[in-house]
Amino acid sequence: MSTGGGRRPLVRLHVITGGRGVPRHDVFDDISIVRLREDRVRRDDVVLLGPEPRRVIDLCRFGGLSVVEIAAHLRLPIAAVKVLLCDLFDSGHIKATEQISPDARVSPDLLERVLNGLRNL
Amino acid sequence: MDSATSDAAVAYLAPTVQQSVKIIITGHFAVGKTTMVAALSEYEPLHTEEALSQAGETVDDLTWTPRKTTTTVAYDFGRLTIDPRLVLYLFGTPGQDRFSGLWEDLTRGAAGAMVLVDTRRLAESFPILDRLEELGLPYAVAVNSFDGAPRHEPDEIRRSLVLPDRTPLVQCDVRHRRSAADAVIALVEYLLVPSPEHP
Repeated sequence: MSTGGGRRPLVRLHVITGGRGVPRHDVFDDISIVRLREDRVRRDDVVLLGPEPRRVIDLCRFGGLSVVEIAAHLRLPIAAVKVLLCDLFDSGHIKATEQISPDARVSPDLLERVLNGLRNL
Repeated sequence: MDSATSDAAVAYLAPTVQQSVKIIITGHFAVGKTTMVAALSEYEPLHTEEALSQAGETVDDLTWTPRKTTTTVAYDFGRLTIDPRLVLYLFGTPGQDRFSGLWEDLTRGAAGAMVLVDTRRLAESFPILDRLEELGLPYAVAVNSFDGAPRHEPDEIRRSLVLPDRTPLVQCDVRHRRSAADAVIALVEYLLVPSPEHP
């Protein structure tokens, strides 16, 4: 497994997430794709973030990852990662693909492409 | 802090990827979920945990008030790049009853579910099919071809599982990528057919 740097944090989760367990808004799905906003993260303010948000940024510096992949690499539960991501989204450090609404079906166009991809494996 | 050391091992998404689709791979204990995820994933399956709250499952001994218990459920997942813009995530989701609370979260936004079954333990799949039907998540069934497992006629399995005629039922060797992919193809073809159950 490739999670060498994701050391388990030694503080309780509500400390990591600043005491909140539920994201203020549902921006993130498990498979939302998260990328840094390069213009924003170059600025010095990253050093002002807490250690956990900084770990997210450090991990994402080299490319995009989905929420569930960030959780796995940082060894944090998905719910905690979503809270961190919401903060980083609000502060403009990251951007994310839109989440699929819970009631919406995945579009036929996407499914057709999945089908072609699987056939061409 | 310490994450810089791990980045070489992280499989980042291609910069062109903008969309993602999730498919659930489920089934009872030891049916081959992670093996199937591994066969399809472009990296070794990753492992994560989700905290699962179950309100009122236990009662505090002294006050008789319902207490919220939190369990952590671990699962494996993998990724397959479909085209330059699209990736498929495969979530190996435990099907055991005690994880039922997790399902709503994990299946949220999923396109559909692949249910793996073992002909030696068909009955263990019943609650899983029930739960998927309750959630309204379309599924296909793949019989994992275990060495030494008795061979059954598809009709026999379909009857045992009380599967509707339309529900795909395929044989699969989850250790092999082509076979695993063909099973998922059967699911996705089914998802593309408009029906009253999944309009």
